[in-house]
Amino acid sequence: MTRAALLAPPLVLALAGCGGNQNSLDPGGHGERSIAHLFWVMLGVSLVGFGFIVTLLFLGWVRRDRPYLPGGRGERTATQLVLLLGVALPIVLLVALFVWSDLFVLSSTAAPKRPTALTVRVIGHEWWWEVRYRGSSAVTANEIHIPVRTKVTAIVTTADVIHSFWIPELNRKTDMIPGRANRLVLEADRPGVYRGQCAEFCGLQHAHMSVEVIAEPKPRFDAWLARTAEPAPGGSPVFAKNCSGCHQVRGTEARANVGPDLTHFASRRTIAALTLPNTPPNLRTWLRDPQHVKPGNRMPNLHLSNGEWRALERYVESLR
Amino acid sequence: MAVVERVERLEEIWLERPGVLGWLTTVDHKRIGLLYFWTTLVFFAAGGVEALLMRTQLAQSDERLVSPETYDQLMTMHGVTMIFFFIVPITTGAFGNYLVPLMIGARDMAFPRLNALGFWLFLGAGVFIYSSFLVHEAPNAGWFDYVPLSLRQYDRGHNVDFYALGLIFNGIATTIGALNLIVTIFKLRAPGMSWNRMPLFCFALLATALSLIFALPALTADCILLELQRKLGFHFFDVAHGGDPLLWQHLFWIFGHPEVYIIVLPAFGIATSIIPTFARRRMIAFPLVAMAELLVAFIGFGVWAHHMFSTGISTATLVFFAAASMMVVVPSTIQIYAWVLTVNLGTPVFRAPLMFIGGFITFFVLGGLSGIMFAAIPFDQATTDTYFVVAHFHFVIFGAAVFPLLGGIYYWFPKVTGRMYHEGLAQLSFWLTFAGTALTFFPMHIVGLLGMTRRVYTYDHGLGWDAYNLVETIGGYVLAAGLLAIALNIAWSARRGPYAGRDPFHGGTLEWTIPSPPPHYNFAVVPTVRSASPNWDEEARQEDLERLERDELVLAGGHETPTTTVNDAELSQIAEMPPESPWPIALAVSVTIAFALLLTSHYASAGGFLALALLMLAGWHAAEPEEA
Repeated sequence: MTRAALLAPPLVLALAGCGGNQNSLDPGGHGERSIAHLFWVMLGVSLVGFGFIVTLLFLGWVRRDRPYLPGGRGERTATQLVLLLGVALPIVLLVALFVWSDLFVLSSTAAPKRPTALTVRVIGHEWWWEVRYRGSSAVTANEIHIPVRTKVTAIVTTADVIHSFWIPELNRKTDMIPGRANRLVLEADRPGVYRGQCAEFCGLQHAHMSVEVIAEPKPRFDAWLARTAEPAPGGSPVFAKNCSGCHQVRGTEARANVGPDLTHFASRRTIAALTLPNTPPNLRTWLRDPQHVKPGNRMPNLHLSNGEWRALERYVESLR
Repeated sequence: MAVVERVERLEEIWLERPGVLGWLTTVDHKRIGLLYFWTTLVFFAAGGVEALLMRTQLAQSDERLVSPETYDQLMTMHGVTMIFFFIVPITTGAFGNYLVPLMIGARDMAFPRLNALGFWLFLGAGVFIYSSFLVHEAPNAGWFDYVPLSLRQYDRGHNVDFYALGLIFNGIATTIGALNLIVTIFKLRAPGMSWNRMPLFCFALLATALSLIFALPALTADCILLELQRKLGFHFFDVAHGGDPLLWQHLFWIFGHPEVYIIVLPAFGIATSIIPTFARRRMIAFPLVAMAELLVAFIGFGVWAHHMFSTGISTATLVFFAAASMMVVVPSTIQIYAWVLTVNLGTPVFRAPLMFIGGFITFFVLGGLSGIMFAAIPFDQATTDTYFVVAHFHFVIFGAAVFPLLGGIYYWFPKVTGRMYHEGLAQLSFWLTFAGTALTFFPMHIVGLLGMTRRVYTYDHGLGWDAYNLVETIGGYVLAAGLLAIALNIAWSARRGPYAGRDPFHGGTLEWTIPSPPPHYNFAVVPTVRSASPNWDEEARQEDLERLERDELVLAGGHETPTTTVNDAELSQIAEMPPESPWPIALAVSVTIAFALLLTSHYASAGGFLALALLMLAGWHAAEPEEA
């Protein structure tokens, strides 16, 4: 995280201190807070139950020469205890847990019933995330900008296999399944970077399919969205020849959607779905040998001359 | 005829061919049980090596010991091996085969040749699926093999074909074994062993076998659909053509969740065998525990969608399955308290088998409690597909299923070999496996909550996961050392251990009434059963001796075992048992070749070998045993 923060844009540098992890017990929004609360209560009750049974086991060892229960009772009491501790008590506790978690907490993590002010579409690809904003031509990849303290609906789908969208500090996860559009609320209480990762095994680079949610104050977000919606100032021959088969740079003839939209690539924080921080040396490493950095990913190793490499790097770095 | 002559005559009738050929044609449930045992241990070792390779890769962030492709194959084969080629066949195949006839007082399983066929098919399926490593195309889409990732479009090699065909193949073997167990338990119980006197181990295996019969068809159907789509271009899972990828998940988990109980039930059975023996009293709440075992198997069929809480299925569905998942807790708590209170009511001797049961109860409660958390839908949706789940089910599968198994290995070792294991080494192996299990799997809860997802071949530095992962890897090696100590103990004690005698632990069930190792015919006289602990019933044992003298139910006239009525176990008739036969293994070889040809899409030749297998069935039945 620190490496990324050092070289990232100044705004994010300021935010990096309060985010960037993916700890589901450090909730940054309403949904995850209720889940974390549920967990702590369940953990507490579980510890009592675990302690009780282990104590009984331990007593069995300590009192191994006394063929009766503590208190001197025999088999009849033992059978009654089985009914009380093994049937009645669990039923009471389970009913309570069921009512609380599956009726009440469930509603606080559920998809929004009414449309929210902002809707973002997240499309899973092997092995990156496409991000689109309703009502805007902005397209980006592997980072989702949202305004802070605002409910944002995420509609998640997939372009290929099943992925699962999960930002641990903000909410539960939901799968991205062909033929389905699942919904989820993203809401961050404070500005920051919230890391997430694909949670459903999706092939070779499942491990390197991460995403960041960047929560910013509303004006900053609006400015970002407006900037990101704009096309690139121009194209590049070496990009058109080698990269346009897979990538889009809006405003040029590169319009493919196999890999991420690169219109504002240079303003993004990372390369290849958080595999590397987006720095000029890392970009060079990535472009020249993507199959070493992220083996099996869809980007082929290109064979270019030194001049072509330099031109390509200069162009991609200019896409701010 | 004197008693000695009668026993010698039995010996002659039940003796099988000597040497390797004898093992290849055997129909003796004890030999088949041992074949299962050694074969499954080989698969256990393979699955263990796969696990250690993965743990070594994950010891630190950004490690490059194995490639992502290799990691995916290791991960998939670890799951497939441990579930389909270790746990299920060692519990039903090895323990079930060896012990059920001995515990119910039968001379063999109900269908001895089918029993042999089940083993050879299982071995064929194992060789088939493991041969995939030779061509570097081992299954790689996870043991759950979700579509569309496992479709030809995304997985072009034979990897998934090995998986789907291998599991269909293995399913045939498992079904055969399960059917045999059910019929054996229904029909071959010794006269007098009504349901309320049957050992709880047999109840557990009956529940397991019934679950297998009903659960496996869903998996087999799923794999057939997958192969039809992969090989012949059908569209079952294809959205563009009206299919649905969730179809795979539903069918898979309709099998997959009962499978969890299939895995743990025999372990419960082993626990309920070991506890009364070492606590030196009978189990408390016997009927409750027997009912709980059957109930777990039944409710287990109604909870499958809790594996799919994050797929976006309707809230009403989620809530139904969450409620069912909570219900399944109650039969388990009944058993836990029955075990713990039996230990408290008895005067327990803490020898290695009971220590493993102590470890089992500890880990089962741990895995059970985290399991209840998953029935809370929102928590499941947060932590599913993270290492928290990996922690949970390893405590259930390794802690709650393998620990009793290891205890069971020590417990029945003197019965099977006639020699005693080394107690000191056994207790050391317990502490090593106990510490290893806790170290390996407990930190996984924490990294899971810290956001570490499952099935990743590596992870980034700086997420706070490194230290936990290192501890897990160290734990993995400690665990391996513990298992190795058990293997050493078995190997050494089988040759050098002191003679154990008939009944070293004073167990309650029928297997302790006969010599160790058991003679080929198991029981010199069909035993009398008047209680749930017949070996503690002096009078009944005395009656056996008298009946042996009187030549009543000795059945030394032929290769025979008595059958009884299903409920009250009243003697109904004497069944003629088939002798050893080369047909089961020949048939299994033919089926294995057929599956290999299906894999390479040579359908006509595959059909030929299946037809040959059917012809062999005719040969098998033509060679009916002659009148003795």
